Amino acid sequence: MSDKSFSSWVKSGAPWVWLNAGAVSISLVLVVGLLGLIAVRGLSHFWPADIMEVGYIEPGKKTELIIGEVIEIETVPAARLKRVGVYLPEGQESAERLLVKVGNRDYFGMDFRWVNGPWLGEATYPEELLSIERREWGRFYGRLIAVKQQGEVVASGDDAYTELQLRLKRSNELIADIKHLEYKVIGKINHGIESIRLDKRQLELAGVAEGSSQYIELAKQKQQFDAQYSELQKQLTVLYADLNRDQLIVKISDGREVEMPLAKVVLTHRPNAMTVIEKIGFYGHAVWDFVSSDPREANTEGGVFPAIFGTVMMVMIMAVLVTPFGVIAAVYLKEYAKQGPLIRLIRIAVNNLAGVPSIVYGVFGLGFFVYFLGGNIDDLFFQASLPSPTFGTPGLMWASLTLAILTVPVVIVATEEGLSRIPRAIREGSLALGATKAETLWRTVLPMAAPAMMTGLILAVARAAGEVAPLMMVGVVKLAPALAVDNIAPYLHLDRQFMHLGFHIYDVGFQSPNVEAARPLVYATAILLVLIIVGLNLVAIHIRNRLRETYKASES
Amino acid sequence: MEAVKQQATTSAARGIDIALMQRGSKLNMAEEATCLEVKDFNLFYGEKQALHNIDMTIAKNRVTAFIGPSGCGKSTLLRCFNRMNDLIDSVRIDGQMLLDGKDVNAPSVNVADLRRQVGMVFQKPNPFPKSIYENVAYGLRLQGVNDRATLDNIVEKSLKSAALWDEVKDRLHESAMGMSGGQQQRLVIARAIAIEPEVLLLDEPASALDPLSTLKIEELIYELKDKYTIVIVTHNMQQAARVSDYTAFLYMGELIEFGATDELFTNPAKKQTEDYITGRYG
Repeated sequence: MSDKSFSSWVKSGAPWVWLNAGAVSISLVLVVGLLGLIAVRGLSHFWPADIMEVGYIEPGKKTELIIGEVIEIETVPAARLKRVGVYLPEGQESAERLLVKVGNRDYFGMDFRWVNGPWLGEATYPEELLSIERREWGRFYGRLIAVKQQGEVVASGDDAYTELQLRLKRSNELIADIKHLEYKVIGKINHGIESIRLDKRQLELAGVAEGSSQYIELAKQKQQFDAQYSELQKQLTVLYADLNRDQLIVKISDGREVEMPLAKVVLTHRPNAMTVIEKIGFYGHAVWDFVSSDPREANTEGGVFPAIFGTVMMVMIMAVLVTPFGVIAAVYLKEYAKQGPLIRLIRIAVNNLAGVPSIVYGVFGLGFFVYFLGGNIDDLFFQASLPSPTFGTPGLMWASLTLAILTVPVVIVATEEGLSRIPRAIREGSLALGATKAETLWRTVLPMAAPAMMTGLILAVARAAGEVAPLMMVGVVKLAPALAVDNIAPYLHLDRQFMHLGFHIYDVGFQSPNVEAARPLVYATAILLVLIIVGLNLVAIHIRNRLRETYKASES
Repeated sequence: MEAVKQQATTSAARGIDIALMQRGSKLNMAEEATCLEVKDFNLFYGEKQALHNIDMTIAKNRVTAFIGPSGCGKSTLLRCFNRMNDLIDSVRIDGQMLLDGKDVNAPSVNVADLRRQVGMVFQKPNPFPKSIYENVAYGLRLQGVNDRATLDNIVEKSLKSAALWDEVKDRLHESAMGMSGGQQQRLVIARAIAIEPEVLLLDEPASALDPLSTLKIEELIYELKDKYTIVIVTHNMQQAARVSDYTAFLYMGELIEFGATDELFTNPAKKQTEDYITGRYG
């Protein structure tokens, strides 16, 4: 009886429904779990956690004071604790071990520290504890003692913090000015001097005699730039002197009073004194800083803006390259080529291109695009700047091209699919009105296949944005000195190297000297990369849906 | 059983009779101006011969209907007039097909030009996924007509000729895909006549439509024949009787009988024709 009901249950198809639903649920759980993990780990990094002050009594050593943020708490069994000399009372199976971010790397030698729970005293959270984000050496924790101006104390005690905020604002403005001068203005002058050098080299190559009028003209221009430069240099000296006016005195956990130039400080806050609303405000600010500012300290501090910019830029250039290329190839394969064994072979080859390991594309890109194409472009058009290469070196253009080759099969396949779905009646209708095949394609078939092309592009973008391995060979660097777009003509510099979020994750996570400090940034960068890919895809999907609406065909 | 079938046949025949009775004077092919001439025409799909030695003349400004059972080659023949069969690789033809005395298959003939002269409407309405206006303007734009006023003018005229203007004049710029099947088919006719062809080929234009839309299409055909030579393929013999001046009966790729519609339906010369129009097969 039960046998029969089991077989009828199998026959009813219910087990398959359960199997399918189960597979979907597992996939969902995996995706949501992964996203949840990186979101929680990445986004909690920016929350201004309370700073703990606690006494630490290691047996046989002097009692010390620890100031810092608790990063992680783990439970360790008694047996393991015994090995490091922690003896728990009878009956207690395990105890906590804490990872504390103590900062002050330049004074303590390390900014993270594991401490054993049983040796900790009573933790307190005094409001005056100050957290300082510095331009170098990472985080700093301590108590603010005084603010100095050129060695003279101008504020101490309770007023010091308010005074510090005022002066910090001023110094940050000064730094912004200096940055503007150094990168934008002097950058332009450097560019000018460099192009004069190149012009001069061009004249040499052309065999123009030294001392001719052209040389004199160039020398004159150079003099102008030099004059401008020394003028700016003077301005900068003044600004730097201004910047170095203030110092602050901070007392760190071991009792030392430390003097720190205000120019080294990015931001200070007192998390223990903040209300929840203030903390939320601070959090928003910190997240915005992360996405909008440049990285500092070997990418372990500061933001990732250049990496975001590089990723988006590269994907967009890739999209611009891959779409026409893929569509044209698909149109030829589907509409014009005589279907036969050769075309079938080509189609199989195209489909299999998608399965080639991406690093192979990287090597190909380096060999063909960078060295061969780039080298020849340099020989032909940038003779003057040789031996330093212009296009004969990894750069944005070659990275985009390499990824375009990597993703072109996807676009070809999707477009062919779309073309074969256009009803024959529509083509015949157009031909019957006296359109040639090309006109029919251009005016009717291609617009109707546009949603399919967008589908291909969506898949291509998703693949390209997440790709890292080939990029390491053809243009991505750990730290790019300048963005690919700036105020110097021709404004878009396809020859420049760029930063990429995927590579940034690898670099920060696995190449960084300070692993603990970098770990949350890995998660934060990962969630950012996911968000950017989702964003790019949403834009493409939106465009596709609008195209679909426009070119909704009759029942085919 | 036999009696029921007999009755059905006679009532079908009566429908045809009524249709024929409404027509005016008798027609005579010898007095007509010639538009299309088919001379000893054969067509092969690969090895298989689909049309056998077709000889016929299609009269100017008249409606000629092709009837016959499915697969008899009537659509194939129709598609030869504007060389739509060129699209099929395996098709091979033999014999002559003259439009105004010129061979449409001659190497010097530009297919696109030919199709501008010989418009075509298909079985299923196939408007482009564009606005009503752009559908009608499509053929004109192909010819490089982009002047707004000219386009407006021709679009309006064409839609009026296709008896569609009043229904769509307020939504010319909405998608044609939102129209009913009958409207779409009239739009396709408007699209075809916008480029002023000489000949209009209709390939079962009403077979996918409801009776009311069919009626409208038939009325339209009646009005259009003043300006165009119309060739219509139809499954529906009553429709052939109602709209056509001349009828050709094809069977197994051969032209069995061709003549004035009145003659062919009331007094068929061949036994096969009689069997077919009285519903004995097909």
